[in-house]
Amino acid sequence: MSRLCRLFISRWGPIITGVVVGILAPVLAKLGNPGNMGICVACFTRDIAGALGLHRAAVVQYIRPEIIGFVLGALIAALIFREFRPRTGSAPLVRFFLGMFSIIGALVFLGCPWRAYLRLAGGDWNAIPGILGLVGGIVIGVLFLKMGYSLGRTRPAPAAVGWIMPVLMIGLLALLLAAPLFGRSAEGEPVGPIFFSASGPGSQAAPIAIALAAGLLIGFLAQRSRFCTVGAVRDLILTRDPHLFNGIVALVIAGFLTSLALGLFQPGFEGQPVAHTNALWNFGGMVLAGLAFTLAGGCPGRQVFMSGEGDADAGVFVLGMLVGAGVAHTFNLASSPAGPSLYGPAGVLVGLIFCVLVGLTMREPVGA
Amino acid sequence: MNEPILVDASGLSCPQPVLLTRQALRAHPGDAIAVLVDTGTSRDNVTRLAEREGCQVEVQERAEGGYRLVLTR
Repeated sequence: MSRLCRLFISRWGPIITGVVVGILAPVLAKLGNPGNMGICVACFTRDIAGALGLHRAAVVQYIRPEIIGFVLGALIAALIFREFRPRTGSAPLVRFFLGMFSIIGALVFLGCPWRAYLRLAGGDWNAIPGILGLVGGIVIGVLFLKMGYSLGRTRPAPAAVGWIMPVLMIGLLALLLAAPLFGRSAEGEPVGPIFFSASGPGSQAAPIAIALAAGLLIGFLAQRSRFCTVGAVRDLILTRDPHLFNGIVALVIAGFLTSLALGLFQPGFEGQPVAHTNALWNFGGMVLAGLAFTLAGGCPGRQVFMSGEGDADAGVFVLGMLVGAGVAHTFNLASSPAGPSLYGPAGVLVGLIFCVLVGLTMREPVGA
Repeated sequence: MNEPILVDASGLSCPQPVLLTRQALRAHPGDAIAVLVDTGTSRDNVTRLAEREGCQVEVQERAEGGYRLVLTR
C-alpha cells in the first residue's frame, strides 16, 4: 500500500490520472455521453442543476453519476490514506460566488477546463481560444496571488462537516435511481423534480453503473495525485513546476489517441458537438472561469475532489457552481451551439468585475 | 543550531504554502526553515519546491494534526 501511495504522489501520479481520464472520457462518450463531453465538470453540474429543477432548459437535465463518483471516489481514497480532514472557514461566501461565476464563464465557452482539453483532443479547434482564455484568467489570478491575495485560513471542523457533501452525493444517487415526481402541473399531473431530458445533451448518457465506476476510479486517482487542470498551469507560471502540467499533457495525448481509435476524432471548427465557433466569447468565458478557479485554489474537478476529502469550503464552491448553472440558464447567459446568448457577455463582465474586486481586496496578514 | 525560521502555512490553500516557503527561503538564505501545513497536498507541494531549491526535507507529523516540515540546506 505504501508503495502505491508513493507512486501517486511521485511525478507519475498526475500522469497516470491524466492518461486514465484521457482514455475514459472518449470511452464514456462512445457509450452514450455527449460528443467530446465524456467528462465535463461544468456541464455535468449544469445537468444536475437542471434535473433538480434549478433551471428549466429541457435539453440539459440529468443527474450525472460521474460527479457522484468523483466525490465518493475521493472520499474513499482520503479515508484509506488517512487524508479525510474536515475543515472550513476560509471565506466560504466568497467561494460560493467564485463557484457561481466560474460556471457562468465555463457555460459561455461550453465546458470546464477538463472539457476544453478533451475538446482539443477530439479535434474541436474552438477549444484553442477557450484554452488561451483559461491561461489568461490563470495569469491574472497569479498576479493577484503574487500581490498577496488570500481567502484566509481554514480551521479543522467536526467530522460531520466533512460528511455533508458525500452524503449529498448518496442522496443524488438515490434521486437518480428513484427519480421521484413530487411536483404537480396545473392539470394535476405528476411532474419533476427530478427532470430528465428527453432530447439534447441531457438525454445522452453512458449506462449509470459504468459512469459511476469511471467517476469513482477518477475520484480515487485524482485525490491521490492532486490532479488539477488549473493548478497545472498556475504552478508552471508561478514556480516553473511541471508536476501537474504533465498530467494535462498526458490527458490530451491519451484523449487524442483514444478518440482516434474509437473513430471520434473530427478535426475542424464547424459542426463540433455541443460547441460554438465564436472565438471571442470562447476566450472571454474562459478568462472568467480561469480567474475564478485560480482565486478559489483549483479547477472544478479539484473542488469536487476536495469536497470529498472533507474540505467544506470546496463543497460551498461546488454548491455555488450548482446554483450558478441554474442562473446561467434562467438568466439566458449560457451559450448554445448557435453561439453566445444575448446576455452571456454581460454576465462574463459582471463576473470579471467581481473576481477583480475579490483579487484586489482579499488579503491575509502574512508573516514568514 | 539556531531555532529554524517558522513559516505557519496551516489552513492556507494552494499555492500559498508554496509561495510563503519560497519567500522565506529567499529572505533567509542558508537558514533552516520550519513550515507548518495541515494537508498532505501542501506537505507534498512544499516538499517538492524545497527539494528543487536544493533543500533536505524532514517531515514530522504534529500531534494536533498536520505536518511540520524542516528544510535545511
